[in-house]
Amino acid sequence: MLQRSETLRGFFLLSPTLVVMTVGIVVPFAILITMSLWTAMGFDFDTTLTTANYETALEQPIYGALMHRSLVISGWATVATVLLSYPMAYYVAFHVHKNKMMWIVLMTLPFWTSYLLRVFAWKVVLGYEGVINSGLLWAGFIDAPLEFLLYSQQAVVITLAHSWVAFAILPIYVSLEKIDRSLLEAATDLGDGPMARFFRITLPLSMPGVIAASFLIFIPTTGDYITPALLGGPDGMMIGNLIQLQFGPVNNWPMGATLAIGLMLYISAIGLVFLALTKVFKERMA
Amino acid sequence: MSTESYIRRPNRPLQVYAIIFLIALYIPILFLPLFSFNDSLYVSFPLTGFTLQWYTELFQREPVWAALMNSVKVGAATAVMATTLGIFAAKAITKYRLPGQNAIVAFIMLPLVVPGIIFGVALLVLMSSLGVTLSLYTVAIGHVIICLPFAIATLIPRFEGLDPSLEEASADLGENAWHTFWRVTLPVVWPGILASLLLTFTVSFDEFIMAFFLTGTEPTLPMYIWGQLRFPQQFPSVLALSSMIIGVSFVIVFLGQWINRDAHISTVRK
Repeated sequence: MLQRSETLRGFFLLSPTLVVMTVGIVVPFAILITMSLWTAMGFDFDTTLTTANYETALEQPIYGALMHRSLVISGWATVATVLLSYPMAYYVAFHVHKNKMMWIVLMTLPFWTSYLLRVFAWKVVLGYEGVINSGLLWAGFIDAPLEFLLYSQQAVVITLAHSWVAFAILPIYVSLEKIDRSLLEAATDLGDGPMARFFRITLPLSMPGVIAASFLIFIPTTGDYITPALLGGPDGMMIGNLIQLQFGPVNNWPMGATLAIGLMLYISAIGLVFLALTKVFKERMA
Repeated sequence: MSTESYIRRPNRPLQVYAIIFLIALYIPILFLPLFSFNDSLYVSFPLTGFTLQWYTELFQREPVWAALMNSVKVGAATAVMATTLGIFAAKAITKYRLPGQNAIVAFIMLPLVVPGIIFGVALLVLMSSLGVTLSLYTVAIGHVIICLPFAIATLIPRFEGLDPSLEEASADLGENAWHTFWRVTLPVVWPGILASLLLTFTVSFDEFIMAFFLTGTEPTLPMYIWGQLRFPQQFPSVLALSSMIIGVSFVIVFLGQWINRDAHISTVRK
């Protein structure tokens, strides 16, 4: 009886948050799904339910191509971010003994500034007359600005990698910090060198952090819209831009809803893969 | 002791890497203030001279102030609402063992992972089907939803650090639930609440994608900047504005982390 009233009290306390999240997440999604089954009629909708939008999305190659490109770009951004962040997280976890917190705050601080401004900063750095081009010209290394810097997929990957570093460092750092140091001692006593020790103990034990980091970067960047809009150019356009176009200039909300649901399905599928990977690693460790 | 020594042995290349990493992290952002003082319309090297012209121009521009006020209003409302909801949730999650607790936490944390554009269009569709006109209110609603995970992640470590026996003692001594919260719980978790208010304000203040889909006629500051980015001749004043926003954001976040530092240390140690 006591147990039950405790549970009730807990849910009572949670209820305002749950109500807000339900109204803010579940209800809008339900409407989004419904709308994806409608048809745009000028400024109005034909509310007869039809899967026509989904058929169009599957048949017309542009949608699939942009979805594919989004996955490739955010895939590269994820790989770059995790590879660059791992040594950093490793350094703080194993080699910083005083002021660990200061390092963590320093590494995550830029994450708290406006995303839009960080993207704008990269536009300033990579632009045709930007910092790199004008700097190299000024120094006499090049005769004409490098055009591939801005408005390319590389520009999008670089900007995304820079923007999402905090999401990579924190989970990797936490998983490295959790590693029982006596395991490393044991490995050394048994004759492992630093390399063997790293690849046989540290890396496998930190894999859950690496997987979490990949997940936390890959999923949100797939739907990113600002970076490709400001730095991608025509070749760097991603699925988020296409969704925005449907809700903006194209004014085909049902198609936009369909693409948003499609993106959500893609993301959920990838999320399940990450979940399975985490499970495999946890079982192998146990 | 031997382990200690080899782990503690400084690793030079790694240290150099760490320093380069930090520099690379900050340099692109620091270019904004650097060029905001540059005496040229073009954002390029070489720097031509020092000027405060872009800042003075900015201060004379009326729409900037309106946008700033809009952002502050939305940010303050968002911070209060997200933190209040976060307090309820953090209290419930840390004090009671609830069935399906992990699923509930995962659900609340969703906005951290799901692309902003999806929430943006979903809420846009909700508002339009309810016939709600887009305004600063709709932006605030969107911001509360994406700020909740930050509020809860900041508050939970604080509530976990709360010794339940303190609350029990207060109840045993005859205080009612409200008094217990006011006189025992609140003073302990106060730094967490303050940190949550500051962080959610910053997230809302800097947020763009939700605002992009949910703003009516009154732009927030990031929306105003977005509008200006189409005009290259506006770049210098946008640089000045950006520099000030970045400066303020850094200060607020740093303050938040500092106020809540004990909770952070305890979580990291765990």
